[in-house]
Amino acid sequence: MADRKIRVLVAKPGLDGHDRGAKVVARALRDAGMEVIYTGIRQTPDMIGEAALQEDVDVIGLSILSGAHLELFPAVIEACRDRGVAPEDTLFFCGGIIPEDDIPALSGLGFRAVFGPGASTNDIVKFVREHVKAPV
Amino acid sequence: MPPSGSLQARFLEGDRRALARLITEVENGTEVGRAALHALYRRAGRARTIGITGPPGAGKSTLTNQFAKALRARGQTVGIIAVDPSSPYTQGAILGDRVRMQELSSDPEIFMRSLASRGALGGLSAATLDVIAVLDAFGKDTILIETVGAGQDEVEIAGAAQTTVLVNTPGSGDDIQAMKAGIMEIADILAVNKADLPGADLLVSQLRALLSLLPDRAWTPPIVKLIATEEVGIDDLVTACDDHWEFLTSSGRLREQREERARRQILTLARSQLLAGLMDDEGGGGRLDHLIRAVADGELDPHTAAREWVGQEALA
Repeated sequence: MADRKIRVLVAKPGLDGHDRGAKVVARALRDAGMEVIYTGIRQTPDMIGEAALQEDVDVIGLSILSGAHLELFPAVIEACRDRGVAPEDTLFFCGGIIPEDDIPALSGLGFRAVFGPGASTNDIVKFVREHVKAPV
Repeated sequence: MPPSGSLQARFLEGDRRALARLITEVENGTEVGRAALHALYRRAGRARTIGITGPPGAGKSTLTNQFAKALRARGQTVGIIAVDPSSPYTQGAILGDRVRMQELSSDPEIFMRSLASRGALGGLSAATLDVIAVLDAFGKDTILIETVGAGQDEVEIAGAAQTTVLVNTPGSGDDIQAMKAGIMEIADILAVNKADLPGADLLVSQLRALLSLLPDRAWTPPIVKLIATEEVGIDDLVTACDDHWEFLTSSGRLREQREERARRQILTLARSQLLAGLMDDEGGGGRLDHLIRAVADGELDPHTAAREWVGQEALA
C-alpha cells in the first residue's frame, strides 16, 4: 500500500529571528496534508543542505527577513547542490522581505516562486501542489 | 549484486543521498522499497538500538541530541529516527525534532531522519522497524529512536528497540501515575530529566519505591538523573545503556527479543496484507458500504458485520 506524502523543508537561513512567517507557512502546509520538517531559526547553508539531504524532501521553502537573501540564498543552493539536492528535481521557493528587483536573480538561482508580505497561504499551498515533482 | 548505479548499489557504497532515498521508498511501501528490504534485512542485525520515550516536553529531543554527541565521542556512528505525530484530520505533520539537534548536522557520521506517525497509535510509525533495518544495514553502530510524545499506552518502542529509556520530569503527577500499567513497565532505564527543577529528588524516591515493589526481575531499571540542556548526567546514561547491553547479551535476552520482534513484525504485516486483500476483493462492490450503513443505522452489530464481510470474502 504505497502512501506517498509531500515532504517539505521549511528553514530560516541567517541571523534574523523573525520566524512567524515560516511557522505560518509550515502550519498551512501541514493543514494541507504535507509532512513539514521545520528546522527553526539561524540555520547555516550547510545545516539546510544536510537537512534537505537526510530528510529527502520534495520541496524546500526558505524564509528570510534580514535582507541578506542575495548573500545567503546562493550559498544555500550551493550547499544543497553539493549534496545532490538540486533545483532541477527539488522545488525551491522563498519568502520574506524581498525587493521586486531581486526576484530575477533568485529565479536564476532556481527559486520557482517568491512570496512577499501579504501572500496568501492558500496560494503557497496551491503553488507547492502544482509544482512539486510528480512522485516517481 | 544490485546493478551498478542503482539506488541499492549506491547505498551499499555508503552514499548518504541513496540512504535518504531508500528510507523514503521504504516508508512509502513502494516496490523499490520492498525489493531493497529483501536484501537489506540480511545485512542488518549488527546495530544497537536504543529507544527514547516519554511525555511531550520531557526533553526527548534534547536528550537524543546529547546522547548522539556522547556516542560520537566514543567513536560510534549514529543513526537517529525521530517520530512526530500526523494530524488525524489532514494526515499532515510538523516534524520539529531537528530544532533541538542543530549541532549534529555538521557531522556526516550522524544520520537523522524525521518520520511522521501516519496514523499509527503506538508512538512509532508503521515503517519504523524497516527504517531501523535500513540504517542498520547502512552500517550505523547505534540507532537512537525517539518516539512521539508518549502518555501511558504508547509502548511499541519496547518491541522495536533493544533498550528503552523512559524520560520523566519532576512535577508530572503523583506516584499513582507511575503505578499505572503501560509505559512505566517497559522502561529498561528510567531517566529523570530537568533534575534541577524542584521535585526531582521526590520523583527519584517515588520511582525507587515503585521499583522496590516489582517482583524480582533479572534486570532492575537504574534511575539516572539528567539535565540534558547542560549535558549533565549524559555519561551516566550511556553507562546505564552499556550495562543493559551487557545484560542483554549475557542473559540470552537479546536473542529472545529478536524472535519476539520477528514474530510481531510478521503478524502485523500479515494482518495488513490480509486486510489489503479484502479491500482489493471488495473493489467497487459496495458490500462494505452496505454493512457500514447497517451498523450506523443500528440494524446490525459491528461484530456480525465484520464476520459477514470477512466470511463472505473467504467463501468467494
